[in-house]
Amino acid sequence: MSSRITSLAIAGLAAAFTLTACGSGGSSSAGGSAGSGGSGSITVGLITKTETNPYFVTMKKGAQAEAAKDGVKLLTAAGAYDGDNAGQVTAIENMIAAGVKGILITPSDPKAIAPTLQRARQQGIVVIALDTPPDPQNSADALFATDNLAAGKLIGQYAKVRMAGKTAKIATLDLTPGVDVGVQRHNGFLAGFGIAEGDPSIACEADTSGDQAKGQTAMENCLQKAPDINLVYTINEPAAMGAYQALKAAGKDKAVTIVTVDGSCTGVGALTQGQFAADSQQYPLKMASLGVDAVMTFAKTGKKPSGYTDTGVSLITATPAAGVDSKDASYGQSNCWGS
Amino acid sequence: MNSVDSVKAPGAVDTTTAERAAASPPEAAPSRISALLRVPTLGPLGALLLACVYFSFASGRFLTGGNMSLILQQVMVVGTLAVGQSAIILTAGIDLSNGAVMAFGSVVMTKLAVAGGLPVWLAIAAGIGVCALFGAVNGSLVTLAKLPPFIVTLGTLNIAMALTHITSKEQTVTGLPTVLMKLGDTFPLGQTRVTYGSVLMLVLFAVAWYVLRHTAAGRHLYAVGDNPDAVRLAGVDVRRQLITVYTIAGALYGVAALLLVARTGVGDPQAGQTENLDSITAVVLGGISLFGGRGSIVGALYGALLVGVIRNGLQLTGVDSVYQILITGILVILAVAVDQLARRRRK
Amino acid sequence: MTAQFSQSGQSSPSSQSSPSSQSTAQTPGAGTDGVRPVLQARGLVKRYGHVTALDGCDFELLPGEILAVIGDNGAGKSSLIKALSGALTPDSGELLLDGRQVRFHGPADARRAGIETVYQDLAVAPALDIASNLFLGREMRRKGVLGSVFRMLDHDRMQGEAAGHMAELKIGIRSMKQTVETLSGGQRQGVAVARSAAFARHVVIMDEPTAALGVKETGMVLDLIRQVRERGLPVVLISHDMPAVFDVADRVHVQRLGRRVAVVRPGDIEMSDAVAIMTGAAPGNLAAGNLAPGNLAAG
Repeated sequence: MSSRITSLAIAGLAAAFTLTACGSGGSSSAGGSAGSGGSGSITVGLITKTETNPYFVTMKKGAQAEAAKDGVKLLTAAGAYDGDNAGQVTAIENMIAAGVKGILITPSDPKAIAPTLQRARQQGIVVIALDTPPDPQNSADALFATDNLAAGKLIGQYAKVRMAGKTAKIATLDLTPGVDVGVQRHNGFLAGFGIAEGDPSIACEADTSGDQAKGQTAMENCLQKAPDINLVYTINEPAAMGAYQALKAAGKDKAVTIVTVDGSCTGVGALTQGQFAADSQQYPLKMASLGVDAVMTFAKTGKKPSGYTDTGVSLITATPAAGVDSKDASYGQSNCWGS
Repeated sequence: MNSVDSVKAPGAVDTTTAERAAASPPEAAPSRISALLRVPTLGPLGALLLACVYFSFASGRFLTGGNMSLILQQVMVVGTLAVGQSAIILTAGIDLSNGAVMAFGSVVMTKLAVAGGLPVWLAIAAGIGVCALFGAVNGSLVTLAKLPPFIVTLGTLNIAMALTHITSKEQTVTGLPTVLMKLGDTFPLGQTRVTYGSVLMLVLFAVAWYVLRHTAAGRHLYAVGDNPDAVRLAGVDVRRQLITVYTIAGALYGVAALLLVARTGVGDPQAGQTENLDSITAVVLGGISLFGGRGSIVGALYGALLVGVIRNGLQLTGVDSVYQILITGILVILAVAVDQLARRRRK
Repeated sequence: MTAQFSQSGQSSPSSQSSPSSQSTAQTPGAGTDGVRPVLQARGLVKRYGHVTALDGCDFELLPGEILAVIGDNGAGKSSLIKALSGALTPDSGELLLDGRQVRFHGPADARRAGIETVYQDLAVAPALDIASNLFLGREMRRKGVLGSVFRMLDHDRMQGEAAGHMAELKIGIRSMKQTVETLSGGQRQGVAVARSAAFARHVVIMDEPTAALGVKETGMVLDLIRQVRERGLPVVLISHDMPAVFDVADRVHVQRLGRRVAVVRPGDIEMSDAVAIMTGAAPGNLAAGNLAPGNLAAG
């Protein structure tokens, strides 16, 4: 029965592996031939939350570029979805087996990944968190990230100036409960705007998971609750895009001010077109390259990075507000991430 | 020829082939080689060995005891889920809820152990118990309400997910007592260390294999996926049998929850989102027919190992992990195509 | 020669047994030679709402015979057979097995009483092998601890016994490990018949056994039915296939409008006359149910 079928299956498997060989040549950086695993070459692992979010794609590209420059081998992996802890645990284990000297990771579940990070460090591997700190923060050796509080403060201060003379009715479109990045930016915005949590001017607070579709739904629901919202803080650009779509559908896009964080090239483009008023730009490429360099330093000298390194944030806007330091849209375009 | 009006019986055999077959001599006993080729797990085992051979050439780090033990450990959660999934698919059913039920079980057992202050064994029993309860619900809805398993388990998937979010309040449970994670510990086997949990998974496969091949209950399980009327007319209580299968599968999902907790060290409400499809992938790659009644459960073990080997091997050789998903997808289509071809050749 | 199987069912009528009539000459419906029927029904009635399926139906099956039941659609054939095989409980009337009154609450009761049925769709699992199908629901376990504690099946013994049963009916299949789906229609029928013949103690009922088969395979199955009779089991055969009926049956029970209207011997009557009685074009040879089937009018 199955001799022909078995040979068909084997042929198909051979085809699949040929594909792998092509993929292997393309994606691993120069300086380490796929499969040598030889002694003498330094290997770095980068684990992002997902493969698809452009933020992480940028980070991966930045890491690959820096690894090529430094002459180290880069292994990459990601979870299956935002929040996939088990996938990141598996990736860490496999990278340890592959002999990495250091692991760069954007934790999907900061609390859940902590024990595994400790396990990696116990094996002499340096662990650096990028963009999002694990919980507790000292589970990793170091953190290279945006000062999210500062990022929120900048757009909060900007909004305060822009809304002068109007009664603000605010909607905050946040991330998910308990995640540090979202909390920091939210609190920073409120502090920059000069109000506290629970202030009457906050008409609506909703969660978006940083996703455009969910951002649109959240904005629609907020408009139902309070049709006179005139200022929207969003956790990131996808949420902001979603909010913009909802406002446009309601005919309120000109009347409502949107501020956000990210600074991608797409986002700066939208800002230039007037969809957002202000955007705190962050620098994932810098996080990735600093990370790769730090692992190389550790591998060569044994010196581990520590503590928190601020990778910087700039306020981008086409319409500056008095007293708030900002850069214009063309600066934003030159320094943006993504394509 | 019938002179009186007659209704064609269902499944009527084409008369010409029937006559030809009746005219041919009685079937010769199959030769040893063709019997070997008929072994249903030859395909998945062959693919697994092929993958291992390829990766051991592609990376010097692949074929070490430590790495083999690692793969086994990485596969133990999905593998345990696949035991339950295999049994259900053999009855021509399917279970989409197993990942979510497992996540719920893991949250329940960790919360009870940490915040509830229950002794660990009781917390574990409670976790496995709620998973078994979900299984019983699935089984009851499928047999008593006669709803399609796809729909039923889609519903319980959502219910389990919601319950997980509600009971966990979105918080990952940490600070687990070390006893709870005992199955994640290792013991030495020669030069390498093997995880207790992976041994448990292998034991579960062995027990399931025995029941399916060497007990009447196992025969009936295959038969009910093939022709439930035949089983009913043979005097077996099909309803009770199916509810039992789904419930036991649920308990296995609870064991998988314990293994997940032991491996990751946390009770994570976000877990289990892709494991339902992962377990189905393992079952399909293992040569078990989605239409029920055919396949060996050992195939599901090979299928789970195949996915684990490819993921680990690609990481070691530095291939972009996106290709792992691509290859798994190609393999699944191949596996289903092979199953379909074999079905047509059988007719 | 019945098979040894681990579940031994005794023939246990579920209602209290009425005093068994030993004197067959006094038993109504006994044949002219005073033989007690193996299976007998008197005055069966079954109504579904306004529809009367069985309207005081009688039935006798004599030892060692092949009795065909014929009738047009709606005559109550299938209801009669369901009542005999336990799939249906009649509203009134009685059923006697070997002279003892029995009441079946389900097919399992009939099987336990020693009545086996070969259903029209065969009720076999195509993906399973022949031996597994033969012993479905009646699997043999290994002796000793392996069987009682570990519930281990005795594959070798079941395959050996299955081969024996098939050989007894002269069905030419060598390996019991073959899956049923690899068999032709006639061979599958053989498996289903062998299963019933292996476990039946009193009666084998066959529902349209040749319906799906071509000429050659029909011949095979008819030979099979004769083999079952040779083994000492009487056969009740429901069929639309007149040539097959007239080829193999010893007597023919004609059903019409919910009752038995005639019992004829194939040698004494033309096929067309039998069909005429079946459709009502000709009168039957029995008055409203109670005459001895031994008194057969020659048409």
